[in-house]
Amino acid sequence: MNKTEKQHLHAHEPLIQLSKRDDMIWYKSWGVRVIAIVLALILCGFVIVFLTGYNPLQVYVSMFEGTFGSTRKIWNTLQKLSMLLCVSLAVTPAFKMRFWNIGAEGQTLIGGLASAACMIYFGNTLPAYIALPLTAIISIIMGMVWGLIPAFFKARFDTNETLFTLMMNYVAMQLVSYCIVFWENPKDSNSVGVINRATQGGWMPEIFGQKYLFNIIIVVLITIFMYIYLKYSKHGYEISVVGESQNTARYIGINVKKVVLRTMAISGALCGVAGFLLVSGTDHTINTTLVGGMGFTAIMVSWLAKFNPILMVFASFLLVFLDRGAGEIATALQLNESVSDILTGIILFFIIGSEFFVRYKINIRAKHKEGIK
Amino acid sequence: MSQIAAIELKNITKTFGSTVANSNVCLSVNKGEILSVLGENGSGKTTLMNMISGIYYPDEGQIFIDGEEVIIRSPKDAYNYKIGMIHQHFKLVDVFTAAQNIILGLEDDKKFNMKAAASRVSEIADRYGFSIDPNKKIYEMSVSEKQTVEIIRVLYRGADILILDEPTAVLTPQETKRLFNVLRRMRDDGKSIIIITHKLHEVLSISDRVSVLRKGRYVGTVITAETNETELTEMMVGKKISLNIERDEVKNPVDRLIVKNLYCTDREGVPILKDISFTAKSGEILGIAGIAGSGQRELLESIAGLQKLNSGCLEYINPKTGEIENLRNKSPLEIREMGVRLSFVPEDRLGMGLVGNMDIVDNMMLRSYRKGKSVFLERKAPKSLAEEIINRLEVSTPGPTTPVRRLSGGNVQKVLVGREISSAPTVLMAAYPVRGLDINSSYTIYNLLNEQKRKGVAVIFVGEDLDVLLELCDRIMVISGGSLSGIVDARTATKEQIGLLMTKSHGEAHDDE
Repeated sequence: MNKTEKQHLHAHEPLIQLSKRDDMIWYKSWGVRVIAIVLALILCGFVIVFLTGYNPLQVYVSMFEGTFGSTRKIWNTLQKLSMLLCVSLAVTPAFKMRFWNIGAEGQTLIGGLASAACMIYFGNTLPAYIALPLTAIISIIMGMVWGLIPAFFKARFDTNETLFTLMMNYVAMQLVSYCIVFWENPKDSNSVGVINRATQGGWMPEIFGQKYLFNIIIVVLITIFMYIYLKYSKHGYEISVVGESQNTARYIGINVKKVVLRTMAISGALCGVAGFLLVSGTDHTINTTLVGGMGFTAIMVSWLAKFNPILMVFASFLLVFLDRGAGEIATALQLNESVSDILTGIILFFIIGSEFFVRYKINIRAKHKEGIK
Repeated sequence: MSQIAAIELKNITKTFGSTVANSNVCLSVNKGEILSVLGENGSGKTTLMNMISGIYYPDEGQIFIDGEEVIIRSPKDAYNYKIGMIHQHFKLVDVFTAAQNIILGLEDDKKFNMKAAASRVSEIADRYGFSIDPNKKIYEMSVSEKQTVEIIRVLYRGADILILDEPTAVLTPQETKRLFNVLRRMRDDGKSIIIITHKLHEVLSISDRVSVLRKGRYVGTVITAETNETELTEMMVGKKISLNIERDEVKNPVDRLIVKNLYCTDREGVPILKDISFTAKSGEILGIAGIAGSGQRELLESIAGLQKLNSGCLEYINPKTGEIENLRNKSPLEIREMGVRLSFVPEDRLGMGLVGNMDIVDNMMLRSYRKGKSVFLERKAPKSLAEEIINRLEVSTPGPTTPVRRLSGGNVQKVLVGREISSAPTVLMAAYPVRGLDINSSYTIYNLLNEQKRKGVAVIFVGEDLDVLLELCDRIMVISGGSLSGIVDARTATKEQIGLLMTKSHGEAHDDE
C-alpha cells in the first residue's frame, strides 16, 4: 500500500472515541472537580475583563466579601445555606427512590403559608410555648399533605409524578396569592407585611442574640438524622432498593406503594419544616416568592452531592456562595445582575461538566499507526 | 494461502476502560466457507463481530476485504462492503410486513415498488430454500420466521459476508436443522458465513473451520473435520474438563409443591399460562423446557407470589407437619411469613434478584433485613454470610463491599444462588441459572443444584440447553405457548421428542409444518 492511500485511510478514522471508565479513585475524581472549578474561574476572569474591564481578582475578592465580609454577612450566609440545605435534604429521599419530586417549591411554600396562618390566627393569643410547636406541627402536616397527594396518585393510578408535583407548585402559589388578599396589611398594599411586628407572636426566639441560630441548629439536626436514616435504617434501605429496581423490591416482598407514600410523606414534611423556618424563623411574612426557586436548586444540590447529606453541606455552600457573591458584585461594583448570573452559570457548567470526565475516558485518534510487517 | 480471503482481520484489539474485550485477534473467512467463532460468554465474540459490522471501531489492527485494507466506521460502511449482520435480538418493525421490513431504510431514487420487492424476496427465498410469505406481518410470525426475515433482509441488500450472532439460541432442534440447510446452500452459492455460537455440536455439524477465542484472546483456528468436542472445549476453556454432569438417583420423593390448573393473563388480558398442572417432588430436579417466552418466567413468578393468577391452585406441603398450605394470592412476604422456605433465582439477576449498585453485603440483606424489631439495619450477619459465600463458591471479587454490578456474570450468579440456598430452602426455583456463564461456573451451578437435590430440596430448573436438561434433570416438563405439552422422564427422553413437544400447538396456535 502506498503512502497516499494510507493517509487517505487515516483521514477516515473517527477522531474521538468515548469509553466508559471504571470507577475513579476518590482523590482523582476530586482532582478533576477542583481543576474544573479552577478552569471555570479562569474563564470567568476573561469574561469579566471582556465584559466589564474590571480586574477579575477584584471581582472575586468582592464575591468573597459578599459571603464573609462581616459578621452579619456570615450569619446571613449561614442562614441561606441552612435553608437551601434543608430543602435539599427534603427532596433527597424522594430522588433516591427515583421519585421525581420537583414540587419541593410548592411543598415548602404551603408549609410557609400554614405558618403564616398560624401566626395570624393564634400567634398573639396563645402562649409562645404552645403557639410555636403548634405552628411547626401544622406546617409540617401541610407540607406532608402536599407531598402525599402526588404520591397517592402515583401509587394508586401510576400518574406521572414529575408533572403532578410541578403543577402542585402552581396550586400552592395561587393559594398564597388568594390568602394575601385576605391578610393584606396595610390595606391595598397587596402584601401581608411583617406579621405580629410589635408582639413577635409566633416568631422563632433568638438564641444568644442570634435570630438565625435556632434555624441553623434545627437544620444541623435534620442533616444528621437524614444521614443516619438513609444509611443505617431499614427504611433507608428500602428506599435504595425501590429506587434501584422496583422489580427487586417486588421480588423480596417490599410493598412499593407503601414505601412511596411513606418517603413522600417524609420529603413533604421536611419541606414543611423549611417553610416554617422561612416564615416563622426568617421572614415573618408570606409572599409567593418566599421559597425563591430553592425547591429547584435543591434538586441540583442533592444530585451534585450524590444523595449524601454530608456532601450536601458543601454543595449547598457552593451554590449559596455563588449566589451571595453574585449579589455583592452586582451592588458593590455596580455591575448588572446579569453579569453575576453569567458567572454563576459558567461555574456550574464546569462543575456539572466535570462529572462527564469522571465517568468517561476520551480517546483521541493516534497520529500514526503501525502497519503489519 | 493461495486464495484471497473474503474478509480477514489482523491483530484486532479493543478495550473498554480497563477491560480488554479483544486482544490481537486474527481471523479469516474464504468465499464459500462457513466459519464458526467459538468462545465462552465474555470471550469477546460479539465485540469482534460488532467491529466488522461497524458498531464499534477497533483500537488497533486492520481489516481486509478481498485483500484490501478497509476502514469500517459505521453500519453503513459495512453495508457498502457487503457485510450483513443478523443480531441476536431482532430489529424489525412489528406492524410491517416481511417485505416492508426488508426494504426499509434502503435508499432508492424511485418510489418503492412493493410488488417488485416482494417478488425479489420470493426469488431469494426459493434460491436458498427459505419458506416465507412476504406479505405476512411481523407480529404474526414465529421467532424462526422473524429470523428468516432478518437473513433475507441482509441478502436483499446484496451481502456476501453474513454474520450470525447465536442464531440457534431461540430455535428448536428442528428449526435449527432447517436453518443449517439454508446456510449450507448459501455457502455453496459462494457466500462467506460467520456463525457465533457456544454450542459445540452445532459447530461440528455446520462449519468448515472453527476459530476459538478465550478471554478476548485468539486461541487458534482448526478445521472442523479434524477436531472433536474434547479438543474444542480444551481450546475454549484452556484446560481439560469433564463434560459429564452427575445425576444421582432420586431418593424418597415426596410431593412438595402441587400446581393445579393454573391460568394467568398479562395486563392486556392475553393469556400467558393456560391450564398448567404439575407436582414438584422433594429430592428431585424438575426441568422446564420450552422456547424462550413460552411462559416459563410467568410460571415461576406465579409460584413466588409475583404474578396475579386468574384461577388455579398452588399448594405447598409442609415437610415438617405434612400440612397443606395454600400459596395462591399470597405476596412474597406473606409466603415467607408462613414459614414456606421457597427460594427463587430469577432470570433477570441484576434487575430482580440483586441490586447492581449495592455491594455484596447489602445484597445479602435483601432477604433478611427485616429480621428484628430495631429500626436500624444489622450488617454483621449479612457480612459474614457474604464472606462465607465468597469463600465457598470462589467468587472472584475485591471484597464483600464491591458493588455487584462490577462482578462478572458468573460471579453475580454465584452471589445470587449462594444467597438463595443459604436460607435452607425446601423448594428452589432457578430460571436460566447458567445463561451467560462460562463452562466452569456453569458446572459450579449444576453441582449446587445437585447438592440441594441430595438434601431433599424440590428443585425446579428452567433451562434452554436441551442437552443439559437431559443430563441434569430427573423429569422434564415441556411447555409451549403457555400450555403444558407433556412431562417426560429425562433418563429416557430424546432431544427430538422434547423438540416436538416444544412446538406442539394447542388448538389455537398456527400449524408448524
